[in-house]
Amino acid sequence: MTDQTSRRNFLKMGAAGASMLPFLRALPASAQGNDTLVVVTGATINSLDLHRTGTNRASYQVGINCYDRLLTFGTKEVPGNGLSYDYAVVEPELAESWTESDDGLTLTFKLKPNATFWDGRKVTAADVKWSFDRAVSVGGFPSVQMKAGGLERPEQFIAVDDETFVIKLDRPSKLTIPDLAVPVPYIINSVEALANATEDDPWALDYLHTTPAGSGAYKVARWNPGEQLVYERNDDWVGGPLPTAKRVVIREVSSPATRRALIERGDVQVAFNIPDKDAAELADSLDVFSTPVENCIHCLCPNFSFEPFQDPDVRKAIAYAVPYEDIFQAAAFGRGLPLWGGSEKITDTAWPRKTQYYTDLDKAREHMAKSNHADGFDVPLSISLDLASWMEPTALLIQEALGKIGINVTIEKIPGANWRTAVLVEKRLPLHLENFGGWLNTPDYYFFWAYKDGHLFNSSNYRNEEIEALVDASLHMPMDDPEYAPQIKRMFEIALDELPRIPLYQPALNVATNGAEGYEFWFHRQLDARVLKAG
Amino acid sequence: MLTSFPRLRAILLRLAQAIPVVIGVVVISFLLTRALPGDPAVYFAGVAADEASIEETRVAMGLDKSLPVQFVRYVGDLLQGDLGQSLSSGRPVATDLANRLPASLELTLTALILAVVIAVPLGILAATRPGTWVDHLCRVVVTAGVSLPTFFTGILLIYIFYYLMGIAPSPLGRLDFIYLSPDHVTGFYLIDAALMGDWETWRGAAKQLVLPAATLALFTLAPIARMTRAAMLTALSSDYIRTAKAAGLSNGTVLYRYAFRNSLLPVVTTLGMVFSFALGANVLVEKVFAWPGIGSYAVEALVVSDYAAVQGFVLAMALLFVALNLVIDLLYTTIDPRIGFGAQ
Amino acid sequence: MSDTTSTDLPRQEGTLDHVLYVLRANPVTLIAFGMFAFLILSALFGPALVPYDPLATNASNALQPPSWAHWFGTDQIGRDVFSRVIVATRLDLTISVAAVAISFVVGSVLGCIAGYWGGWPDIILNRFLDTIMAFPLFVLAMGIVAALGNTVENIIYATAIINMPFYARLVRSEVNIRRDAGFVRAAKLAGNSDIRVLATQIFPNALPPMMVQVSLNLGWAILNAAGLSFIGLGVSPPTAEWGIMVAEGANFIVSGEWWLAVFPGLWLMFAVFTFNLLGDGLRDIVDPRKRT
Repeated sequence: MTDQTSRRNFLKMGAAGASMLPFLRALPASAQGNDTLVVVTGATINSLDLHRTGTNRASYQVGINCYDRLLTFGTKEVPGNGLSYDYAVVEPELAESWTESDDGLTLTFKLKPNATFWDGRKVTAADVKWSFDRAVSVGGFPSVQMKAGGLERPEQFIAVDDETFVIKLDRPSKLTIPDLAVPVPYIINSVEALANATEDDPWALDYLHTTPAGSGAYKVARWNPGEQLVYERNDDWVGGPLPTAKRVVIREVSSPATRRALIERGDVQVAFNIPDKDAAELADSLDVFSTPVENCIHCLCPNFSFEPFQDPDVRKAIAYAVPYEDIFQAAAFGRGLPLWGGSEKITDTAWPRKTQYYTDLDKAREHMAKSNHADGFDVPLSISLDLASWMEPTALLIQEALGKIGINVTIEKIPGANWRTAVLVEKRLPLHLENFGGWLNTPDYYFFWAYKDGHLFNSSNYRNEEIEALVDASLHMPMDDPEYAPQIKRMFEIALDELPRIPLYQPALNVATNGAEGYEFWFHRQLDARVLKAG
Repeated sequence: MLTSFPRLRAILLRLAQAIPVVIGVVVISFLLTRALPGDPAVYFAGVAADEASIEETRVAMGLDKSLPVQFVRYVGDLLQGDLGQSLSSGRPVATDLANRLPASLELTLTALILAVVIAVPLGILAATRPGTWVDHLCRVVVTAGVSLPTFFTGILLIYIFYYLMGIAPSPLGRLDFIYLSPDHVTGFYLIDAALMGDWETWRGAAKQLVLPAATLALFTLAPIARMTRAAMLTALSSDYIRTAKAAGLSNGTVLYRYAFRNSLLPVVTTLGMVFSFALGANVLVEKVFAWPGIGSYAVEALVVSDYAAVQGFVLAMALLFVALNLVIDLLYTTIDPRIGFGAQ
Repeated sequence: MSDTTSTDLPRQEGTLDHVLYVLRANPVTLIAFGMFAFLILSALFGPALVPYDPLATNASNALQPPSWAHWFGTDQIGRDVFSRVIVATRLDLTISVAAVAISFVVGSVLGCIAGYWGGWPDIILNRFLDTIMAFPLFVLAMGIVAALGNTVENIIYATAIINMPFYARLVRSEVNIRRDAGFVRAAKLAGNSDIRVLATQIFPNALPPMMVQVSLNLGWAILNAAGLSFIGLGVSPPTAEWGIMVAEGANFIVSGEWWLAVFPGLWLMFAVFTFNLLGDGLRDIVDPRKRT
């Protein structure tokens, strides 16, 4: 078979009615056939291996769609519309069942006997161990995420036999099981990987960077970096119900205006992660899912290393001056959930929660007058160029509002390349906007990352001894423990009084579909293509 | 031997003159990229890295050494053809460039051809009717095209022709996903598809080219039209044209056989300048149309401070210009035999 | 007995007459001068005369189409587009004039040195200019601003650097041509120093073609700043500048809010157009032989 003939065959089987497709303008999207879905995103995939250093967030979707984990989360409905993963329900993916020892220190997993990799080889516990060893050994983000669930050293992972895998923990934690369902601990075909590993590269980082070797629902048929990624279904997948779409094409288009034009005309079926404005406007004509991102807050952070912000009255003044409603409308276009104007009394452990603050310039001025900086001061408000779509209007509105209480704000736009270093590593920005969202949906997890001294997302250089103790105590405690709720409520009280982070609103992840169904929101904020179907 | 091949000697001389330029380009691009904000070590160390692991990564990447040492290492790699690894794509910069350069070249060349096809007749038209309203209209139209930012024109064209009227294909890049890219021979889809006889793909690629090429062409109309007009005016007012007319030659012959041929030289010079100018303006057009070319590659690299990629891009462009100037010089001699290679 | 009526001597054609003649013969140039005057007036008096504060936000009034209250509509946080467009004239003209002025001065000095004295300075300058011109201009500007930070000053410097070679080259060749001319030799014989000769005799002769280049470059400098804003390397918000308004507004075109980008875009085109036409007109006034 010459190349030409096989290309013709591919065209014929790849898309039903290929000869009709050039006339796509005239035919409705459904005539395209149920085999192929086209997704358009703004972000670019830069690696097919999540464990590799330098892999960006957008690349995580490959880990999700092409690889399996031991467990996954169930599905629930979102009030409003759409579907979401369910943090409370854990379901089997590659592990058909699991047990926990009485002391909670040993987890035993039974693998599905009919699970195979794409090359036909059976998935064994040895593969699982190799993959887990890899995840905790490569360093960087993957290892840090593994550590959150108490998975730290290769010695903790044991392949008892072909179908039994055991994890030994140092201490029982409510975070371990959920941590097994995050994108990071995926199962790689260790035999194929090792065949392509070298002495300098024992974990086959170079090979897996461009060639995934998994057991997941989709294989990578084509990857043109910066352009597109094409998924092709693995018909032997056992991790869940077989996807309906045979091919899913992920097309990268950086201009949001172009993406909007594409989804409106129906030339693509899914527009992933569209700006709030487009989501608000397209909601009438298309299916738009704006799911509030769990455990994520857009907030304004006064850095405690900046002298005026060490004064609690100044921070409260800012909290009362912020124009919450205007920001929610102008930056978020009403997509997401407001986080202001709640009651000061804390009666539950739901997080994020509405703070007790609201826009009241008189109250703000009172606090400023009481403070040691009644004459006001100058401060730069830093935002990231990459996140300018919500940060810029927010910053402009805050600048104007703070000007009215005597704080003179200049806006500092920091290029994306510099942002992480400046805000998270060096923690040197006096006033900035921040958008951390925790993958594991518990308030203690959020506080662990954002309120504990020296931790990465605590960009305000905040330290409070009580919070330190409370977080340590509650982090691994099961949520139904009677001591859990009071600790969490106390943490809320302190945090919302001291205000190292002033919550503005809870952002939403916006996805528009036009001719596709089944979209499900996930905490990792990437597209799980396995549930999509044409419709 | 060289004395009996003046052309060869001239080419070698030009090449020799280009070497110090290339050296200058290497130095400047090195310094420029080192001055970029952001720390590639942080990027490479990954999300959630702390100070210690960043420092480790920095040492591993050799970024803790002094600038001169880094420069020497860089030049050493260059001489072996190693342009370094791109941080964001994780692949050798040389591979990335080889993949993306044909896309930009195809776009720019198509745009240039389009511009020439429109601008040269416009220029000739204006030259044959100097001072009339036709002349002024040509000038206004052409100047208007060059006065708008390319990204604005691009988005407007998408809005009108794709979104409102639906006659342009979706601005999804070089080829709609239903087509497979033709087997790689030159990297130019139009040429490769034609070589394979795959006319469906050829049409698909051509359709995608229309809007971005038109945007770029609009921007380059002005210099070409104006230069054509000026050169034709000069040619038309010269003695030999008067003689030709007196001798009774038809207008057409006078215009095309004599005047136009003689005005080719400045037009070709302008073309060269416009081509290099267009390669720079490419950056904006590629961003709007999601064109996977070298311009969008450079912008993405710049934004994440991907040193190797930016350096590689700048170097590739500079070498391209040098080659281009050489080609133009050679074209000169073909067009105008008076331009000799001997001493002045 | 012949009539000795005094023959009227033909009126001497002065510069002003020549200018007026060109303007009359070339209505487009006349219009260009008018547009230029309007721009200058906007830049000088605009900020004092506009109806709204260009920085005042009004989130509840965001994205309103053009109306009697807001001639050009409002943008995504409620600022009046008309006020911003007029006030931006000052900033954009400042950027382009400053950038072109710097490149003019630096380029002229370097060109004079190289053209007059030749030899090593000439060779070094040539290689240096070749190196700068070997970079795709816009990319060089991108690189400089990315490296130094995106402030108005850096944008001006970047634009000045990439424009400088044109002037240096031009001055160099003009000075070189006239270096051994008769009047120069006469001036030197009269005892003038080299520098004086250069400044008072040679350089003024090089000015005419430079004027044309200056006006063309003014337009190009504005486009350059706009392009930088599109990539995110332009001025910082909330500054009103045409380029950044077009860049941000471009995302709103598809959703139907065309006024955010179209009005600043038209004004930008208007200004660049004016400078381009002005360049043509100046060329006609200064050296009719070089009309294009």
